[in-house]
Amino acid sequence: MSHAEDHPSSRRDFLYYATGGMGAVTVGAAVWPLINQMNPSADVQAASTLRVDVGDLPVGSQLTVLFLGKPIFVRHRSQEEIDEARAVEISDLMDPIARNANSAEELDAADENRALAPFGDGENTGEWLVMWGVCTHLGCVPLGDGAGDFGGWFCPCHGSHYDTSGRIRRGPAPENLPVPTASFVDETTILLG
Amino acid sequence: MSGIPHDHYEPKSNGEKWLHKRLPIVSLMYDTLMIPTPKNLNWMWIWGIVLVFCLVMQIITGIILVMHYTPHVDLAFASVEHIMRNVNGGWALRYIHQNGASLFFIAVYLHIFRGLYYGSYKAPREITWIVGMLIYLMMMGTAFMGYVLPWGQMSFWGATVITGLFGAIPFVGDAIQTWLLGGPSVDNATLNRFLSLHYLLPFVILGLVIVHVWAFHTTGNNNPTGVEVRRTSRKEADADTLPFWPYFVMKDLFALAAILVAFFAVVGFMPNYLGHPDNYIEANPLATPAHIVPEWYFLPFYAILRAFDGEVWVVIATSWITGGIIDAKFFGVLAMFGAILVMALVPWLDTSSVRSGRYRPMFKWWFWVFIVNFFVLMWVGARPAEGIYPYIALIGSAVWFAYFLVVLPILGVIEKPLPQPETIEDDFNAHYGPEAGKDGASAPVSNPAE
Repeated sequence: MSHAEDHPSSRRDFLYYATGGMGAVTVGAAVWPLINQMNPSADVQAASTLRVDVGDLPVGSQLTVLFLGKPIFVRHRSQEEIDEARAVEISDLMDPIARNANSAEELDAADENRALAPFGDGENTGEWLVMWGVCTHLGCVPLGDGAGDFGGWFCPCHGSHYDTSGRIRRGPAPENLPVPTASFVDETTILLG
Repeated sequence: MSGIPHDHYEPKSNGEKWLHKRLPIVSLMYDTLMIPTPKNLNWMWIWGIVLVFCLVMQIITGIILVMHYTPHVDLAFASVEHIMRNVNGGWALRYIHQNGASLFFIAVYLHIFRGLYYGSYKAPREITWIVGMLIYLMMMGTAFMGYVLPWGQMSFWGATVITGLFGAIPFVGDAIQTWLLGGPSVDNATLNRFLSLHYLLPFVILGLVIVHVWAFHTTGNNNPTGVEVRRTSRKEADADTLPFWPYFVMKDLFALAAILVAFFAVVGFMPNYLGHPDNYIEANPLATPAHIVPEWYFLPFYAILRAFDGEVWVVIATSWITGGIIDAKFFGVLAMFGAILVMALVPWLDTSSVRSGRYRPMFKWWFWVFIVNFFVLMWVGARPAEGIYPYIALIGSAVWFAYFLVVLPILGVIEKPLPQPETIEDDFNAHYGPEAGKDGASAPVSNPAE
């Protein structure tokens, strides 16, 4: 640009910045779709809910379903498991937070705050426990059916023990197994997501 | 190029002159190939050629493998077995490509260690070093994504753990991780984009290699003495150097041949020695292998990643100061990338004015501590993270960072270097006698009097 005369701001400056600004916007608009295409596609997003029929699941057994590429444990707990989980003091827990995605507020890790509420307005007897089967340490899949020293789950990778409410009791994992967004849509069907 | 006086290309025939006026490509190749090279280079200067060979070999075998591979979660594992069993010579191509990655990393580590010992990163070769570090980073990205493609158990769970590192970034980590994976977990979208990038990055590396070579052809090669080639006269430059072709090309090709004998022995007789048996089990999101281990060339950095758990005081202090934004997981990620960053910054961390470690009595010791520590980290990275191993990893990580951030800056100040030879010619003559190499390469070589 010519600097023979010192204009504080000239028409040429304005055109220069306006062109540069429009150029930046155009490049941004052109690049964004190239970046956004890597985000989850429509079919992947459509798979973000799943209905699980638990009508045939006997008491004291577990169903593992693949949801969003990761395992979900659906456990139909026996009365002993429920009693054992509810007898634990919060102060004995390594992680005192419920880690329940169904509650906006941060609840304590009492079993009542982790078990899935049944269909309708009935009392939460704790019959159903639904949670991600992903160890909170390094993402391995814990073994179930009473594995570990606390009768719940045990992660074989680095030895994390979870109790019958899926709460971490011993080992390197920092948090309880998280409870996903889930609810009963009728007597025997759980909606995940 | 390089400012070292030497012969330049002169087009002779009319055809050559015609082309030279329009595109001086022959001249470019001639100057590149005939570059004056310090004549005292030792055997540690062969790895550049080995690396170029590896890159070309991986690109060629890779292009062929893609002709038979199917990037889909239901078909990928079977298509690799199809390559192994049905494709003509497919087993050899795949084993060469798989073990080629290991040869590539052996060569790059020796190449980097050579640079660290002889001070090749020092002025005026900082750009060569930085570009080299970028190539090394790209190599790691390429190797990681390539390892995912066979869609075995280690592929899947390795990808899950490593992409999980990005999830540790505060605030935006989950969004970045989802964006990288194309979904909530490692799945078909991930596999597809990893193939695309695994195919792309080697060509980016090729471009960077050209820049790397261009940079050190501009400054001239370093050499074991670290003393610069004399540029004051043609006669002196000729006394310090020999043209790259044919002298160094022949030497490098001889070394390459010897290395390839060992390489093909591995490919032929123990092709899975460096792999993990778990990767011959198809990926299964519902079952984790008991022990997730990366490939050997990532182990030192994997050890650094895992060394910093929530019980280390540095981690606790950092977490407290940042109000929990940098937690143990993110700290580990920062440490791992920081380990490479401090290595990239070594031209500015090393304060010594003496280039070559040969004339630095204290540096020598620390250099070997660094090398031994590298292998300790590699070993501990393959062990489970329990018992005494996390402590060893922690000490190893501390040594790694201390070498770059404490030892190198201080040594340059307190160390008294040994006398260096005046010229490369003096160094050469001290080894081979002044008569060696005078009348062609056939002169008898006297015993090195070191």
